[in-house]
Amino acid sequence: MTEPIRITLPLSDADVLSLKAGDKVLISGVMYTARDAAHKRLIELLDRGEKLPFDIKGQIVYYVGPTPAKPGAIIGSAGPTTSGRMDAYTPRLLDLGLKGMVGKGARSKEVLDAMNRNKAVYLAAVGGAAALIARSIKKAEIIAYEDLGPEAIRRLEVVDFPAIVVNDASGGDLFKQGVEKYRRVA
Amino acid sequence: MKKVLSSEITKAVRALCISAACNLEPDVAGALRTSLAREQSPLGRDVLSQIITNFEIADKESLPMCQDTGIAVFFIEVGRLVELDGSLEDAVNEGVRQGYKDGYLRKSVCHPLKRVNTGDNTPAIIHTTIVEGDRVKIKIAPKGAGSENMSALKMLKPAEGVNGIKAFVLDTVRSAGGNPCPPIVVGVGIGGSFEKSAILAKKALLRSIGSKHTDAEVAALEAELLKSINDLGIGPMGFGGVVTALAVHIETYPCHIASLPVAINIQCHAGRHKEAVL
Ligand code: SF4
Repeated sequence: MTEPIRITLPLSDADVLSLKAGDKVLISGVMYTARDAAHKRLIELLDRGEKLPFDIKGQIVYYVGPTPAKPGAIIGSAGPTTSGRMDAYTPRLLDLGLKGMVGKGARSKEVLDAMNRNKAVYLAAVGGAAALIARSIKKAEIIAYEDLGPEAIRRLEVVDFPAIVVNDASGGDLFKQGVEKYRRVA
Repeated sequence: MKKVLSSEITKAVRALCISAACNLEPDVAGALRTSLAREQSPLGRDVLSQIITNFEIADKESLPMCQDTGIAVFFIEVGRLVELDGSLEDAVNEGVRQGYKDGYLRKSVCHPLKRVNTGDNTPAIIHTTIVEGDRVKIKIAPKGAGSENMSALKMLKPAEGVNGIKAFVLDTVRSAGGNPCPPIVVGVGIGGSFEKSAILAKKALLRSIGSKHTDAEVAALEAELLKSINDLGIGPMGFGGVVTALAVHIETYPCHIASLPVAINIQCHAGRHKEAVL
């Protein structure tokens, strides 16, 4: 297995274009969490012509709703949730400069098209590897929608957060390529 | 009659919620470990290694292995000689309330339409049966949404038969892809009625991984489906590979002459299940 590529946030177009489907990466820097309920509110803000609670340019959104932190801990277990539930909201955020998403599972054609047009990347973290992934989170702070509990928007500082490139900006798709390689039926 | 106190049930349920979330049962842990040698894809092996390291950390540090600590599903057997001093449902829900709070587990239950969180992960889903004896057996199977959402139920025509069942299972697993966090366990309920088939499918997931059905014909179908699913190439997390499912468990029940209900319940690799007997 090849060594993982280290990337630092925020991402530039050149960073994104250097990533290929199937690459293992270790992400460091700041990323923001959001799930279904937070996405719904972000889009409502945009509909009202208001500003988002964080600067989305060059950023990565991580689809996660962590468990409560134990006393003294930075965060609880924090693995990815299914990305498809955010498909309806994602193209709008990509058009505003969002450069990447981390989740699990496949994306819709609309999202892939929006990624293509905006040079963005979709990564997956290993679903269910939540205690392991939490170790790469060095700081966590709620910055919006505290009332949503696990679904609140958090600003995370991560070091060597493990992920895999699923969809790159030039149409590469690990789900398609990987499955084709190992499929033994018609 | 044997008295079983509500407080004892609550205490047992509280402990079950926490240990189910943090300590993976040996059957699932073992199946994941052996799958590592079978996986041909390097990336797939990498994913499996992360999954194994993760449940080891969770076990050692008493952390939830997955952030989705699920909706709490129970199968409870109450011996007919047991005398309870209060509502079984209330005692179980109180245990869930305490377990999810004290164990720092995620509260993931909300009103279906208003989408407002109930705040304490109740109500639990409770299936109760009355059995012989004087014990209360409580099985918990907390279920995350990622895999539960990929489940399906279909009322097949009897003429579609076994081939129809196979096609339905394969289609369901194929379209789920990486969403339910493969490697998965596939529970299939065949027969009964609309709701019975779904309960059978869920119950099938509680069987120890790799256990065969007692009916040789059903056991053969389990083995055949497992092979066909692993031939789909989905692999760990859907990144491609030969380890897509760890097991297929089927449960059957007689059904109406004019129907063939089939339910498929998908379980992710965080196959949490625990049991306590009072
Ligand atoms: S499908 Fe299972 S392992 Fe994956 S995120 Fe949900 S509960 Fe966790």
